[in-house]
Amino acid sequence: MEKHCMDSQVKGVSTGTTILAAIFDGGVVIGSDSRASIGGEYVSSKTINKVIQVHDRIFCCMAGSLADAQAVTKAAKFHLSFHSVQMESPPLVIAAASVLKELCYKNKEELQAGFITAGWDMKKGPQVYVVALGGMLVRQPVTIGGSGSTFIYGYVDAKYKPSMTKEECLQFATNALALAMGRDNVSGGVANLVVITETGVEHVVVPGDKLPRFHDE
Amino acid sequence: RDKMAAAVATMMPNLGQQISSKNDMIPDWTSQEVSTGTTIMAVEYDGGVVIGADSRTTTGAYIANRVTDKLTPIHDRIFCCRSGSAADTQAIADVVTYQLGFHSIELDEPPLVETAANLFRASCYRYREELTAGILVAGWDRRKGGQVYCVPIGGMLVRQPVSVGGSGSTYIYGFMDSNYKPGLTKEQCLELTAAALSLAMERDGSSGGVVRLATISEDGVERRVILGNQLPKFSTH
Repeated sequence: MEKHCMDSQVKGVSTGTTILAAIFDGGVVIGSDSRASIGGEYVSSKTINKVIQVHDRIFCCMAGSLADAQAVTKAAKFHLSFHSVQMESPPLVIAAASVLKELCYKNKEELQAGFITAGWDMKKGPQVYVVALGGMLVRQPVTIGGSGSTFIYGYVDAKYKPSMTKEECLQFATNALALAMGRDNVSGGVANLVVITETGVEHVVVPGDKLPRFHDE
Repeated sequence: RDKMAAAVATMMPNLGQQISSKNDMIPDWTSQEVSTGTTIMAVEYDGGVVIGADSRTTTGAYIANRVTDKLTPIHDRIFCCRSGSAADTQAIADVVTYQLGFHSIELDEPPLVETAANLFRASCYRYREELTAGILVAGWDRRKGGQVYCVPIGGMLVRQPVSVGGSGSTYIYGFMDSNYKPGLTKEQCLELTAAALSLAMERDGSSGGVVRLATISEDGVERRVILGNQLPKFSTH
């Protein structure tokens, strides 16, 4: 992600990051790289955390400007906790995604942000939602985003299977992030992954030297 | 006509976009250059190379040719895969074919793949400001066996065991990095190329149609086509 200056004529600028989320049998894995860069020339942070917890079992990742990310997720966190108190039950994943969608859609002229929301709730189990740049909300079993994602569309299309085990899904996500970081110069650092299931939340961090290597490395 | 279009483009750079977005009566293919926005791939194996390409040529949103052959023979055992402007790549390929043919007669032996690649590089680098051409040169010769050389936009030359090019290639870097290993057999290379091209064609709007493959080895050139309904399928969601 970059702290980038608002140029409203440049729509659809996807900034330096790779994010993904994928459903497996019983839960969901959401993950991202950890690089923050300025203009693609300077790495301002090697270990930034882009997987943000908005509620107990709901996380989101963002592709876009860092300023927008922080503002929108702060607003989403507030809305969700209030909603959860009113409903006297944990919020649904679609509620979290809808909050983000409302913010993105209502402010589409000012914001340049795309979100991936992943989580688990009692009603529908593990879910992944993506809020695209203009504010469209779509549910998908697996989704990728950010500048690094273009390089792994083929890999994800070929490798993702709907009913993987947790270990297979973690390996799939780690591989996908490693491949994207290998080709995208504004994605890098460590792979930050979060596994969300009915029973709880598990953080997995794969440091750079433990990432899978491929034939030319 | 090209000069006029170029002059108009330099004087009024936004004219093309204005015409296409503001006036729907004029279709964009009247103002857009013919492009082989494409996906091309070449893989070395022990004894030869496998090359592949999609078959779509576009002028803006119109598909000018849906069964294009982007695998162009340069010599008996040397081919090139073309991406970028259709006109530029055809012109360069014609020039190199002539130069290489002449050179081969002078030598009185089959030319080296590296020679062909260098001829491409020479043209692409010298005229880099005017050209939009990304080319993969692949073939077999007695000295070094199967070789793949990449000559991207700008005119660099690098030999790689496996290389992809064109607009659709960005989507399959991850797939290629994870699935290619040195020491694959010819059949495995063919499968890898067909799978990679299918994945790219699914995601890239400028790539599509059929998959054209060719194998080049000491025994010669073997061409095949995989039609749309026979392409490998992946769990789509």
